[in-house]
Amino acid sequence: MAPGTNTMTNDPILKVEHLSMRFGGLMAINDLSFEAQRGDITALIGPNGAGKTTVFNCVTGFYKPTMGMITMRQKAGKAFLLERMTDFEITRDAKVARTFQNIRLFSGLTVLENLLVAQHNMLMKASGYTILGLLGFPTYKKAAAESIDIAKYWLEKANLIERADDPAGDLPYGAQRRLEIARAMCTGPEFLCLDEPAAGLNPRESLALNELLRSIRKDSGTSILLIEHDMSVVMEISDHVVVLEYGQKISDGTPDHVKNDPKVIAAYLGVEDDEVEEVIEEIEVIAESEGPQGGTHS
Amino acid sequence: MSIISNTNESAGGNLTARALREGIFAGIIALGLFVLFVGLETTQNIRNELVLNQRWGLLAVFVIVAAVGRFVTVAYIRPSMAARKAAASKAVAETEESFFKRNFSKIAIAALLIYPPLMVMLFGVQGSLKWVDNFGIQILIYVMLAWGLNIVVGLAGLLDLGYVAFYAVGAYSYALLSQQFGFSFWVLLPLAGILAAFWGMILGFPVLRLKGDYLAIVTLAFGEIIRLVLINWTEVTRGTFGVSGIPKASVFGIWSFDVSAPNNFAKVFGLPMSSAYYKIFLFYLILALALLTAYVTIRLRRMPIGRAWEALREDEIACRSLGINTVTTKLTAFSIGAMFGGFAGSFFAVRQGFVSPESFVFLESAIILAIVVLGGMGSLVGIAVAAVVMVGGTELLREMTFLKAIFGPEFTPELYRMLIFGLAMVVVMVWKPRGFVGSREPTAFLRERKAVSGSFTKEGHG
Repeated sequence: MAPGTNTMTNDPILKVEHLSMRFGGLMAINDLSFEAQRGDITALIGPNGAGKTTVFNCVTGFYKPTMGMITMRQKAGKAFLLERMTDFEITRDAKVARTFQNIRLFSGLTVLENLLVAQHNMLMKASGYTILGLLGFPTYKKAAAESIDIAKYWLEKANLIERADDPAGDLPYGAQRRLEIARAMCTGPEFLCLDEPAAGLNPRESLALNELLRSIRKDSGTSILLIEHDMSVVMEISDHVVVLEYGQKISDGTPDHVKNDPKVIAAYLGVEDDEVEEVIEEIEVIAESEGPQGGTHS
Repeated sequence: MSIISNTNESAGGNLTARALREGIFAGIIALGLFVLFVGLETTQNIRNELVLNQRWGLLAVFVIVAAVGRFVTVAYIRPSMAARKAAASKAVAETEESFFKRNFSKIAIAALLIYPPLMVMLFGVQGSLKWVDNFGIQILIYVMLAWGLNIVVGLAGLLDLGYVAFYAVGAYSYALLSQQFGFSFWVLLPLAGILAAFWGMILGFPVLRLKGDYLAIVTLAFGEIIRLVLINWTEVTRGTFGVSGIPKASVFGIWSFDVSAPNNFAKVFGLPMSSAYYKIFLFYLILALALLTAYVTIRLRRMPIGRAWEALREDEIACRSLGINTVTTKLTAFSIGAMFGGFAGSFFAVRQGFVSPESFVFLESAIILAIVVLGGMGSLVGIAVAAVVMVGGTELLREMTFLKAIFGPEFTPELYRMLIFGLAMVVVMVWKPRGFVGSREPTAFLRERKAVSGSFTKEGHG
C-alpha cells in the first residue's frame, strides 16, 4: 500500500466546500466538502448514481455547480476558484486535466497527433498564434521539436511508443485508456482527474495502470483524483478515499479506515435504511471479536 | 529458369486447349439453343401463307459470337483479370506507389501551367477561349471554393450550407469598391478577403454555439440573408439588375487589358486584338489563388491551429478538456475559410465583369459542399478531382451536340446537368462512401507516415 507521504502536512491542492448540484428536482450532490492533498492520489468511490462523475464535472468545469466553492491551489501558490471558470480555462490556466468515463480520443488522428493536440496552448504561444509559425520563425520549430519529445516521453511511459503512428481509434481498449491518460498529462497538469481509468481493463492491464499512475505521481509530482469501481486499484494506490452515496459524503479517510467503515459497507451491500443501525451493531461485534486488523472489504 | 518457362508454356498450352474446348461447347450449345429461334423464322407472305424463312447466316453469327466470346473469356480475359488482381494485392503488400501516384500533385500543377499555351497551340488564339475560360477557369474557381470550404467542413467539421455568402461578399466588395472608388484589383483582392473573413466572424459569433443540424440551418439562413440584402438594398447594389461594367484586372498595373489603354497587353507585344490573352491571364491568376489556398491549408494543418481544427472535428468535448478554446478555434476556421471564399468572389467579379444576386443562390453552396464531400473531406487532391469531374463533366455536357442526333434536335443535354450530377453523387457515395480520397494524411509522425483510414475519422457534429 502506498504511504500517504503528504497526508500529515496539510497542503490541499483541491478544496471542495459545500458543493451542491441540482438537476431540476434531483439533488445530485448535496453539500459535499472534501480536500485532496498535494502529491496524494485521492479516490472518489461510491455506488452507481452516487454523484461521483457529477463532482468531476463540477471540478473540471463541465457543469456549473448550484452552490459551493472549489479552490485549486497551485504549487506556486496561485489559487483558482474553479466554479467560476469555464472548462477549457480550468485546463489551460488552473492546470487541471481530466479523462472521461467513456474514452474520448481523437480516433481519426494518430496517437502522436493526439498528444500534440494536448500541447495546443503551449504551441500556439510558441507559434505566435500561428502567424510567426506560418512565416517559419525558429521559435516555433524549436517548440514543435520539444512537443514531440514530450509526446515521446509519455508514449514510452504509457508503453505506446510502438503504436505512435497508428490512428488512435485502432488501439485496443486498454491502450486507449492509457493514451487518454498520457494525453491529459501532455497538457502539463498539476492535478489530474481520472474518471474510472480501470473500467474494462483486465487484471494485468489494471496492474500496468497502477504502475503508470504511481510513476505519474512520483516523476511529475502531479496530484491525482480518481473515480474507480475496481477496488483492487483503489485500495492499492490511493492515499485517501472519499465515499459518496446519494450525493453526500459518508466516509473520508485512508483506504484502511474506509474499508472498515460500517456506513460504507452498508452502502455497498445495499441495506435498507431502517436496518442500517442493526448492521452497524453487527459489524462492530464482528470487528471486536476479530480484533483491530479484521474486517475484510466485500 | 527453363523449368519455370516450361511449366508456363505447358500451362499456356493447357489453357488454350481448354479455351478451345469450352469455345466449341459454347458454340454447340448456342447452335442448339438458337437453331429454332434464330435459324428458322415463320412469316406470312403476300398471299397470307405461312412461310418458313431460313436464316443460316444469322445463326452462324450467333454461334460464332458465343464460341469466340467463350474462347476469349477463358483464354485471355480471365487470366488477365486474375493477374491484375494478384498484381494489385502484391502492390498493396509492397506499398510501393507508382511514380505517377507519388508525384500526382506536381504533375498536375505542371500540366495546369502548360495548359493555356497548349490550348492556344491546338485550337488557335480564338479557339482556346472555350477551353481556357469555360473549362479551365470555371473548374479552378470551384476547386478554390471547395478548398476554402474544406477548411470549415473537412478540417473543422462545421457543416456550412451558406458558404456562397462569403463568395458574394468578395464579389460585391470588388464590384462596388472598384466602381465607387476606382481601386485596382490588386488592392481590392486582399480587402475582399478581409471583408469576407470579417463577415465570417460576424456570422460565427452567434452561430458557433450551435451544433450539427442547427448550425447547418443557420448558416443556410445566413447565405439567404446576404442574397436578399443584395437584392433589396437597391441604392447600393442595384438589386436584381446587378453591378455591371466592373473594371478588368491588370498585370500588376504594368499591362492592362482595356482595349483603349495605351499599355494594352496585345498592343505592347504587337499581337492581334483578342480577349483570349485576358482569359489566359485570368487562368494563371485563379491557378495562383487556388494554389495559395492549398499551400495555406497544408501549412495550417501542421500548425497547432490546424491540428485543433481536426481535433474539433473528432471530439469537441475532449478538445475543451485539453484547454483548447473551441470558440476561437471555430472562429478562425470560419473566417479563414470565408477569406478564401472572398478571394474567389473578387476573382469571379473580375472575370465576369458583372455580378448579380442570381450568381449566389443556395445551389452554388450545395454544389461546393457536394464537391467537398465527394472528394473526401479534408483531402485536397480528392476535392480537386471531384471538382474536375463534377464541374468539368457538366461543362462537357454542353459539348455533346452529337446527342442531338440520337434524341432529336430539341434535346439540350445541359438541362440534364443536375440529374446527372445527382446520379453521379449517389453512385460515388455508394462506391466510395468517404469520397474519392477517404484516408487522411497524418500531420506528424515518429517513424513512418501512415495514412489514416477513413473508417476512423469522423465527419464532425458541430
